Amino acid sequence: MSELIDYIIVSVVLVAIGIYGLVVKRNAVRMLFSLEIIANAANLNLIAFSRNLSNAQGQVFALFSIAIAAAEVAVGLGIIIIAYRLYKEIDVEEFKSMRG
Amino acid sequence: MADPVFIGVAVLTVSSAIVSLESRELIYGAIALAISMMGIAGFFLLLDSPFVAMFQIAVYVGAVAVLVIFTVMLVRTQALFSTKEDKGRKSAGIILMIIFIASIGAVFLVSGLNSQTFDNSKSQAIDFTAIGQQMLTYYSPALIALALTLAGAVIGALALARREEIEQKNE
Repeated sequence: MSELIDYIIVSVVLVAIGIYGLVVKRNAVRMLFSLEIIANAANLNLIAFSRNLSNAQGQVFALFSIAIAAAEVAVGLGIIIIAYRLYKEIDVEEFKSMRG
Repeated sequence: MADPVFIGVAVLTVSSAIVSLESRELIYGAIALAISMMGIAGFFLLLDSPFVAMFQIAVYVGAVAVLVIFTVMLVRTQALFSTKEDKGRKSAGIILMIIFIASIGAVFLVSGLNSQTFDNSKSQAIDFTAIGQQMLTYYSPALIALALTLAGAVIGALALARREEIEQKNE
């Protein structure tokens, strides 16, 4: 039987992969993938602690988090398609008008 | 020690997460991301929360993965091969990742969480009537806010997609 710490380690590894993707990749779609991986690591932690404390609140929070992540993907992909129409490119360093 | 099913799901999830970022073609990356989400749903099943696992499969594998694949197909194919990242940044990213895993993992391993075990005698699997009750009583304001957020996101995405036509009409 696996314990709480195993799930936490898996979630730390997933967060690290997501941060690596955000730092290294310049493709906007791949950066969105990284965000999804980080959000899923957070959900995994919520469910693991919910199971550990035998409390339904963690599962409710995970359900809310999944729904919010779906909305975020929809808006992110919409922005990527607009940027692609404007620049014919999905490389984030080419998005000049989005610079601060 | 961890059981073989857990190790199998962990290897599947982590390796397909890496493939989703490192694959040559973006469409294979999207499929690998869907497989990684399936692995997370497998973890949820192992953690006795089948309702959240089904929700994860329906939302992530069913909706998000399909949406990403549609977007990838809408974007021109040459733009998808933009692997223009320089070697220095990539190795720096790998070193950052390893330092992150080592430091945060060491902190968790020496902390009190290491001795926590799942108490199977006390904790039964939470059934979904409890989740539904919590959602419709204590968390009902959050549920309404979530519904409004989703509606706003859908309207915002539609407005973003239509903006160009409106601008052309105004000119």
